[in-house]
Amino acid sequence: MRAVETPFEKVTAKTFPKGPDVLAPGHRACQGCGEVLALRLIMKALGTECIAVSATGCMEVCTAPFPQSAWRLPWIHVAFENAAAVASGVECAVETLRRKGRGPDKRIPVIAIAGDGGTADIGIQALSGALERGHEDFIYVCLDNEAYMNTGIQRSSETPFGANTTTSPSGKKSKGQATWKKDMPAIAAAHGVPYVATATPAFHLDLMSKVRRAAAIHGPAYLHVYSSCPTGWRLKPELAVSIGKMAVNSRVFPLYEVLDGRYAVNRRVDKPIPVGDYIKLQGRFRHLKEEDVAFIQARVDQEYERILKLAEAFPAEVEKAS
Amino acid sequence: MAAKRIGLEVSLAVSEAVMLCDADVVAAYPITPQTHIVEHLSELVADGKLDAAYIPVESEQSAMSSCIGSSAAGARTFTATSSQGLALMNEMLYIAPVLRTPVVMAIANRALSAPINIWNDHSDIMSVRDAGWVALFAENGQESLDLTIMSFRIGEDRRVSLPVSVNIDGFTLSHFIEPILVPTREEVAKYLPPFNPLVKLDIAKPVSIGMLGMPESYTEARKATDDALLASKEVVKECFADFAKQFGREYKVVESYRADDAETILVVMGSIAETAMTAVDEMREKGEKVGLVRLRLWRPFPVEEFKAAIKPAKNLAVIDRHMVMGVPDGPVALEVKSFLYADAARPSVSNYVLGLGGRDVTREDFWHITERAKAPDAAARPRYELVGVME
Amino acid sequence: MPREIDALMKVKDLPAGFTAEPGSTLEFKTGDWRSMRPKLDREKCIYCGFCYIYCPDGVYQDMGKDEKWYKPDFDYCKGCGVCAHECPKDCIEMVLEEV
Repeated sequence: MRAVETPFEKVTAKTFPKGPDVLAPGHRACQGCGEVLALRLIMKALGTECIAVSATGCMEVCTAPFPQSAWRLPWIHVAFENAAAVASGVECAVETLRRKGRGPDKRIPVIAIAGDGGTADIGIQALSGALERGHEDFIYVCLDNEAYMNTGIQRSSETPFGANTTTSPSGKKSKGQATWKKDMPAIAAAHGVPYVATATPAFHLDLMSKVRRAAAIHGPAYLHVYSSCPTGWRLKPELAVSIGKMAVNSRVFPLYEVLDGRYAVNRRVDKPIPVGDYIKLQGRFRHLKEEDVAFIQARVDQEYERILKLAEAFPAEVEKAS
Repeated sequence: MAAKRIGLEVSLAVSEAVMLCDADVVAAYPITPQTHIVEHLSELVADGKLDAAYIPVESEQSAMSSCIGSSAAGARTFTATSSQGLALMNEMLYIAPVLRTPVVMAIANRALSAPINIWNDHSDIMSVRDAGWVALFAENGQESLDLTIMSFRIGEDRRVSLPVSVNIDGFTLSHFIEPILVPTREEVAKYLPPFNPLVKLDIAKPVSIGMLGMPESYTEARKATDDALLASKEVVKECFADFAKQFGREYKVVESYRADDAETILVVMGSIAETAMTAVDEMREKGEKVGLVRLRLWRPFPVEEFKAAIKPAKNLAVIDRHMVMGVPDGPVALEVKSFLYADAARPSVSNYVLGLGGRDVTREDFWHITERAKAPDAAARPRYELVGVME
Repeated sequence: MPREIDALMKVKDLPAGFTAEPGSTLEFKTGDWRSMRPKLDREKCIYCGFCYIYCPDGVYQDMGKDEKWYKPDFDYCKGCGVCAHECPKDCIEMVLEEV
């Protein structure tokens, strides 16, 4: 079955799962953590009939300080770079035990969760291997907060151009991060997996429906989730959600899906807010000058247009399925 | 029925053992000289002879990661590697024991780079000796097959629940064709109960595995793992004994050969024991009071059994297949010396490092070592010698 | 003297495999991190649920169709103010936590 035709239960305002969270409170995430919000909503969409694998990072540390765990489902953490490989092992074990009559006779999604460093840098090899091998019940979620926050805001390959981090500091000879974000969704899609999507908790129904679709699809799914980090971005904590809306509405972070290699833009942004409005709320960009912002604006528009053209050239008929 | 020995490459015998144990998941990455093991396993899976998932991972780091995940999910799990592959697994090797995931791994022992070298020594396993795995060393093909079967039972025993490595000398053992008795599936099933994990990822009974251990719990978590490893010795002995009862082949954690009255005892591990025994026979014929002690169980170190085995010796020649850089002693000698230090009556211990990177180990080497170890002149008796090095 | 007081529990009391029970962070009350607390004006509340949905810590509880509001659990509320900012009817105000 093609990914686009795989039935799944959308999350709507009416069907929003209101029960207790899969991720219990009492975890040690910072005030206004956009990443833990993303995680909470993702796990809410999935429920407890699945197995979660975390990479080392903020989410792992703040949810699992012995002897307490926030996870209300089977959960495992092994190391930083290997969430995709651990999840591969879990997935194969579950599937084999099911086949051999020694496990529950149903599909159990296995979700691997890592940050941007754990995905795009140190974990990219394990992720590539897992995507290429085509594990049936495998979901990979990159919670992208655009730097190594757990170790103290060091730059990653997902840190946006111009951002000040502790290892891409702005200075007399530096504008901060000197490179553009690594295009992880494109890299994931290049593996020919059935499903790749971008999402943010600011568009919670979109995010949660994508998680449901990822779980329903047979084959690996990759979700790239924009997750704000007030601590690392020098952002007011109460703006954790609205900054995500601005990221989408400024075209900085387009919401789209790639199903069976075909594209769908989930939120067209025909009248974008200026990138400068998005940037000025975040202390990490404070040093940028007007011309730097214009430089970023041009790149943002170009990238958005690229996705739009892909969706025009190779459209996925996403609405048919739901 | 009298079983019949068949000519089998030792690597393939290990794979056959994994099949007989009905492993559920194999995750492995190719590296010489382990490749024949995993090639044959993928063949067995492809032919439907082994109902398992074979995960062709993209690195050894992912191999061990997948194995930990698979074992934690309740699957009987196997992998194999060598040298650089084991080194690349390093981080995960230290995690598996604390998570109590009883993965079984065959290591076709090979020298570590640099210089890159595909041949046999023990530098790979010796470099990860502190990780917390049960570690066994095979001498021959039959033992390789038998130890693989026993490893699943040892590791999966709920009193142990630790990963186990079966060390097989690369090429000099792994690639030899030997006459081997292969048990039936039914016989193995009688010996090896189904895997009933101590810790399991189970949607019916969720648990969190792989927690953050802060200063107030890290020490205790490490100690709990070490306690399990130390206590595994008795389970190993029990599994050896039950194996002997069922299959008639007897194994001990420490083996002795003509050591009862030996003045000089050679301490060895792995397949060079066969060469060493031949050398012992030759020297005995000449009236030399020499014997041999072989460590089959390396971790946990069987201190009492070892001390009992070497008791008669005046001179102990500890033979190492790995060089500890920066310290003039091999790893086995370092440990042996530390165990004996507090004993009032202890033999004179000298250490010989040889057979590095596949350099041949011959009978003559053992003659030479014996001469050196018992030299009456203290100056002539080395504390440490890198045998055969051209300086 | 050994300083046992530094240890959380004895080796023999540790769960096998150093595991933890699901949802046990509930034992840890993060409410005392708070310097500001959300104050709700239930008159203006339209029961939209955005406070519940967007709370990173999941502290809001649905009080049901009869009561039609979401109640924050102050044992866990860290006082980030996301709920107040996202409330479409401005019925949540962040006020100084009194100690």
